[in-house]
Amino acid sequence: MALKDLPREEYLLPGSAACPGCPATIGLRTVLKALSKKTILVVPACCTAVIESWYPNSSFNVPLLNIAFEASGAAASGIVSALKQKGRDDINVVVWAGDGGTYDIGIQAMSGAFERGTDFIYICYNNQIYSNTGIQRSGATPYGAWTTTTVSGKGEFPKDMGAIVRAHRIPYVATACISYPEDLYNKVRKAKEIRGSKYIEVLTPCPPGWRFPMDRTVEMGRLAVETGVWPLYEYENEEMTFNGISRAIFEGKYKRKPVEDWLKLQGRFSHLFKPKRDEERIKRFEKFVDDMWERFRKEFG
Amino acid sequence: MKVVVDTGNHIAALAAKLAKPDVVAAYPITPQTTIVEKIAEYVAKGEFSGDYVCVESEHSAMSACIGASAAGARTFTATSAHGLLLMHEMLHWAALARLPIVMVNVNRAVGPGWNIWSDQNDSMAQRDTGWIQIYCSSNQEIFDSIIQAFKLAEHKDVQLPVMVCYDGFILSHTSMPVKVPEQKEIDDFLPKREPKWVLDPENPVTHGNIIMPKDYPSIRKAMQDAQENAKKLIPDIAREWRERFGTYHGELIERYMCDDAEYILLTYAALGAESKIAINELRKEGKKVGLARIRFFRPFPTEDILDLAKNSDLIVLDRSISIGMEGALFTEVKSSLYGKSDAKVFGYIAGLGGKDVTYKDIEKMVNHAIDGKYREVVWYDMGGC
Amino acid sequence: MKKYDVVTTLSYPKTGAMGKTGTWRIFRPILNKDKCVKCLRCWIFCPEGAIIRKDDDSVEIDYNYCKGCGICARECKVKAITMEREE
Repeated sequence: MALKDLPREEYLLPGSAACPGCPATIGLRTVLKALSKKTILVVPACCTAVIESWYPNSSFNVPLLNIAFEASGAAASGIVSALKQKGRDDINVVVWAGDGGTYDIGIQAMSGAFERGTDFIYICYNNQIYSNTGIQRSGATPYGAWTTTTVSGKGEFPKDMGAIVRAHRIPYVATACISYPEDLYNKVRKAKEIRGSKYIEVLTPCPPGWRFPMDRTVEMGRLAVETGVWPLYEYENEEMTFNGISRAIFEGKYKRKPVEDWLKLQGRFSHLFKPKRDEERIKRFEKFVDDMWERFRKEFG
Repeated sequence: MKVVVDTGNHIAALAAKLAKPDVVAAYPITPQTTIVEKIAEYVAKGEFSGDYVCVESEHSAMSACIGASAAGARTFTATSAHGLLLMHEMLHWAALARLPIVMVNVNRAVGPGWNIWSDQNDSMAQRDTGWIQIYCSSNQEIFDSIIQAFKLAEHKDVQLPVMVCYDGFILSHTSMPVKVPEQKEIDDFLPKREPKWVLDPENPVTHGNIIMPKDYPSIRKAMQDAQENAKKLIPDIAREWRERFGTYHGELIERYMCDDAEYILLTYAALGAESKIAINELRKEGKKVGLARIRFFRPFPTEDILDLAKNSDLIVLDRSISIGMEGALFTEVKSSLYGKSDAKVFGYIAGLGGKDVTYKDIEKMVNHAIDGKYREVVWYDMGGC
Repeated sequence: MKKYDVVTTLSYPKTGAMGKTGTWRIFRPILNKDKCVKCLRCWIFCPEGAIIRKDDDSVEIDYNYCKGCGICARECKVKAITMEREE
């Protein structure tokens, strides 16, 4: 499939409150094209809640329930239940939540919804920070990254949310990235046809949060995949398939670019390079990525 | 019409079943558990109209109810004490979203330490949320109030959630006979819900995005107006129920022997029932006393309070305390009278943490006031009189 | 589009909900149609949806809403889009 096969209809209307170069809106445009009109979005507190613009106007042309930060999975469960009772389970119920509302404060409600086999799609758009509140660290923030609450660089590695979600044994778990729109589109379309809980985590590189020029959003996402920091995969019925470059990395057919190719383009990692190169931390990051792929090969090879 | 003898909780579950909710999302907590268990039994027997979602916390229970209600469903849930407190954020959310959710709160003391017995601190602490609040004193009243709550909540001039409260163990686990109408009769009284806003792909709306200060006050004022509308509808609904089904528990308040009373005792929930016995005993001694049992705490019955104070002094008995101030009923009664009455108002607090309060204790408190011994708020549990 | 009576925070879809966000621009994208190969990369990567896709898959920039982020220029493989400073 090619870009020209994507539907023309826009469900996110131009003129929203998003930052110029915002990856969430890039992701949303593609995702909504895959879902189309019969969709109800559940959006917790996150950048998108602001991107919607303010009352009495909305930039969204699908029904959208804003909900409290921690409650997406539960609110979605309620909507799915109501629609089922009304015989309208042909409507897609989709959570669109940030990494904060997924990895951290929202993890309980999401986990509960998955455990109940709720028939919905949970999409986490991951910009690796609490972006909406001004760039604080989240459970998804990478090692060594500056945030306003990890001023000398985060000391911990992020949670493996994919593994946590896979452990719920839901029918479909996937990762995606806004830089690969056909892949994202296909994954959403596939998820939409599956009954049960589906999870897709989309990497969304944030210019103000990661400190890079606003025209390089798509490039940042591509590099994350090419360096192996962000794997693209689908986990369906306990079978793992890697996609695109990630598959080539997994199979050893493509040597992933060094992690620092990605790190050095982002201001949030600048302290790893200036005033002095922090070899130890760069090496630890590189090892983390190596280990991740080793684990993948052991578990799914 | 049949008579069922069962516990407050089982009667609540029965009322919920007969109201035919589309979605119930609930989480167990003592002493509410037998409600959710009974509903699960109904589901297993195929007797329950709705989908029952066993959520993983009370915050999620209310969040799921909000989602379901926003999608057009009639929704019900139940909780108690810590569960109620955990969903506090979402209680505000449901009311501001104008969703007619009905919830039972089985009153229970708040910890630490863990205390499963009853007082009304848990629900009193929610009186700012915008929810309509009812306090019940009998299992019949629990049944009637739950079904009436749906009618009130879903009325086009209200569109606010309603919580029906009653004492843990004293009512929740005590059996009483209850007259139960047939399903068809309930359906005639309570038609299907017609949502006043709904999530629908045919008419895409966004609910709850950013609202600027200049627009926000109108949301609050509309909620206030809705509760004022509720004040007018509550008597109508109670009287319609009496006409159809024969049972009646008063309206915003229930008056008992108030007509010629020199002193009226104001209280709520189980103490409201216990107080009737105290009033009877005091009347035997020739004392001119009456009881005004507060049923609706929100909307607060200011007009009724003013009316009671025309010819009587008021003795207020709270089974709750707003630490740093007084029992909520005491404060709000005085507030209702301000500048409009010179009736005396006496404040008593008793039964915190489920400490037992019998009609003899209530007689002591009333006599304390009548005998002119009152100086300041009396903490009866601490040996106040 | 049906508007509901009940007073709560209900908002309705609007193009330009934040107004003409084209006023945010410092740089504007200029499209050279001769170079364009209609690959649609600029269309799919535009965060705003401000690149209009025509029936024949040629594109046009909607300057009412384009915020001038420059992603289109960056992602165009044939360099058909250049960024120029707004006057």
